[in-house]
Amino acid sequence: MKYVDEFRDGERARGLARALCAEADPARRYRLMEFCGGHTHAVFRYGVPDLLPGNIELIHGPGCPVCVLPIGRLDMARRLVEKHPEVILASYGDMLRVPGSGRRTLLQAKADGADVRMVYSVSDALELARTNPQRQVVFFGIGFETTTPPTALGIVEAQKNKLQNFSVFCNHVLTPAAMGAILGAPAGDSDTVAIDGIIGPSHVSVIIGSDAYRFCPDRHHKPVVIAGFEPLDVLQSLLMLVRQLNDGRAEVENQYIRAVTAEGNRRAQELVARVFTLRERFEWRGLGEIPRSALALADAYRDFDAEHRFAMQYVAAEGTKGCECPAVLRGSKKPEDCALFATACTPQSPLGSCMVSDEGACAAYFTYGRFRQDALAPPGQRRGVHGEVRKA
Amino acid sequence: MSGQSEFLPGQRQARRLDLHSGTVQMNHGAGGRAMTDLIDLLFRKAFDNPLLNQANDQARFHVPAQDMVMTTDSFVISPLFFPGGDIGSLAVHGTVNDLAMGGAEALYLTAGFILEEGLPLADLARIVDSMAAAAREAGVQIVSGDTKVVERGKGDGVFINTAGIGRVIAGVNVSGDRARPGDKVLISGTIGDHGVAVMSLRQGLSFSTQLRSDSASLNGLVAVMAARAGPSLKVLRDPTRGGVAATLNEVAQQSGVGIQLQETALPVRPEVRGACELLGLDPLNVANEGKLLVICEADVADELLATMQQQPLGRDAAIIGEVIEDPLLLLRMTTHIGGDRVVDWLHGEQLPRIC
Ligand code: SF4
Repeated sequence: MKYVDEFRDGERARGLARALCAEADPARRYRLMEFCGGHTHAVFRYGVPDLLPGNIELIHGPGCPVCVLPIGRLDMARRLVEKHPEVILASYGDMLRVPGSGRRTLLQAKADGADVRMVYSVSDALELARTNPQRQVVFFGIGFETTTPPTALGIVEAQKNKLQNFSVFCNHVLTPAAMGAILGAPAGDSDTVAIDGIIGPSHVSVIIGSDAYRFCPDRHHKPVVIAGFEPLDVLQSLLMLVRQLNDGRAEVENQYIRAVTAEGNRRAQELVARVFTLRERFEWRGLGEIPRSALALADAYRDFDAEHRFAMQYVAAEGTKGCECPAVLRGSKKPEDCALFATACTPQSPLGSCMVSDEGACAAYFTYGRFRQDALAPPGQRRGVHGEVRKA
Repeated sequence: MSGQSEFLPGQRQARRLDLHSGTVQMNHGAGGRAMTDLIDLLFRKAFDNPLLNQANDQARFHVPAQDMVMTTDSFVISPLFFPGGDIGSLAVHGTVNDLAMGGAEALYLTAGFILEEGLPLADLARIVDSMAAAAREAGVQIVSGDTKVVERGKGDGVFINTAGIGRVIAGVNVSGDRARPGDKVLISGTIGDHGVAVMSLRQGLSFSTQLRSDSASLNGLVAVMAARAGPSLKVLRDPTRGGVAATLNEVAQQSGVGIQLQETALPVRPEVRGACELLGLDPLNVANEGKLLVICEADVADELLATMQQQPLGRDAAIIGEVIEDPLLLLRMTTHIGGDRVVDWLHGEQLPRIC
């Protein structure tokens, strides 16, 4: 068996790494945020920081749907199943392990008798509703623009088939709004991080199109390069960002042309616009309240809105004491800056959302063990989570 | 209809067990006539060998003055049947392989069955026949057994325990604590096949694949490897649950060394890679049932590899890494783009990612 493509990948990766080292200006820093948790995962999975010069710093963005959901919303789901024994809560697996208020997870609620089921898609939840007509099935919908169209389809199908015992607890959020919040944060604030450019999401951009990021250069003068999920895609888009910055340009460029167009998937956008409506405001873990950053079910589909059906109330809640997830999600702290990291908080017993999801920075940083290699490197040569050489 | 109701005086023995439409009943484990029928007409017939046929509660045999190895393993897999095998063949392969990984030739197995009331006898017969075939193929005899029946709802169809005893091949001394810096790490073939084949059948993971489990007895391959490189073999392990990652992490801990893998050298079928990508799994964490990892002295590695590749179960064998000095006892991997990462044990269960 031969794996020629991967050997070639190695060659091309080294070529890109050489170009990055040659073109990155040693006199300046390049603080580049990969917005999407999928990229964060790939960066560590493939050891991308090992190939970068010390002055290119990768900052991990908030593009991890499990990570950014605030504790208050998680508590709503937990209260729902604890109060309503007729409810089956159908949720993606990761959500079950995120600690809510009092460190209580949905898994614990399940162990105590609540009916919480892990599903892989909204269709699994619809199936549950069909096979349990005497129960109320609530789908815990989370995610950015990639998971929104499937949820919309599920709601349309439920309406068409008059599936009265199905509803959606909608937590779908919007990428550009979060990006805007990060770029619009006041400069010089110790709570925020300066960013020179953004690696744009892969799958999200397939749906919303590259034009959706035009505001980044137009309003904030920051370049965006939309990148595929392969490590070579990431390296190449880093090079494209470095070139833009060196040239003093700020544009939206598309490295992922094999899948992303300027206008995106029109049909998916229309479907989402029909089924959902913009929330006036929504709280994000780490980013606070962001106006018009999340979706709720449109009036025409109100019957399928779990928040409406069960009169669910949002109550803001505090995170686990000491957990730095909010700062990690803003990019202003690194996982190892959290005192709980790898001591009290591990993927086996996570204390914050960033340690639960594969796409969370803490989980990626822990799983691929960079911090343990760092511990051995002589001081002065330690490479931080962002690939930059850390001061001793 | 129960197997018993089919029994009428004067009929031939073979009619007492309805293997077409009968099911397991509580009395099949009660020590009476029904149990004897089940044992005689199903188990003994399939496993047929002189030691078992003595019908004693134990098997008596002579052992030469040589080091022996012994092992036991329980099998609780769901679904019972999967592409490339079933719980029966798995129960034989698993225990034969545990013996083989001790550098031993497998001799005898025992088999304990915990049957759930209501299990179709046809399914049981299929499982037992498959065990018998796997044992014949591996050259081992199933010499003693036990059957218990539990009430409906208290088992998952059938659980099987097999124990085995084997004779260590002369000149071979393998153990998880013998890896030393400089040694080479080889794998006998593609990784992740079994886990992905089984997962593809599980409820909720309904993607289709052409994949088959790699479940197989490795004692033949080990015998050939031992003949070629006997004293230079240091560690033999089969990367079952937890996959290659868990197994090599264990070896690193036991031996007090680090292990460096090369991602470009890992044999992974494209279908397995695709399925893993879809589910957000890492093939290094996925179970195998017919693959072995061997750590050997560097100077025999190429020759050993060539020997393995000539065997049907070693056709895709590859040298995938080497043992290094590392005070942190880590398993690391140079990724295909030339980066470096730690390959950790799995935390909890692997869940498909959501976006
Ligand atoms: S290490 Fe754990 S507690 Fe600390 S920021 Fe990350 S998820 Fe939160």
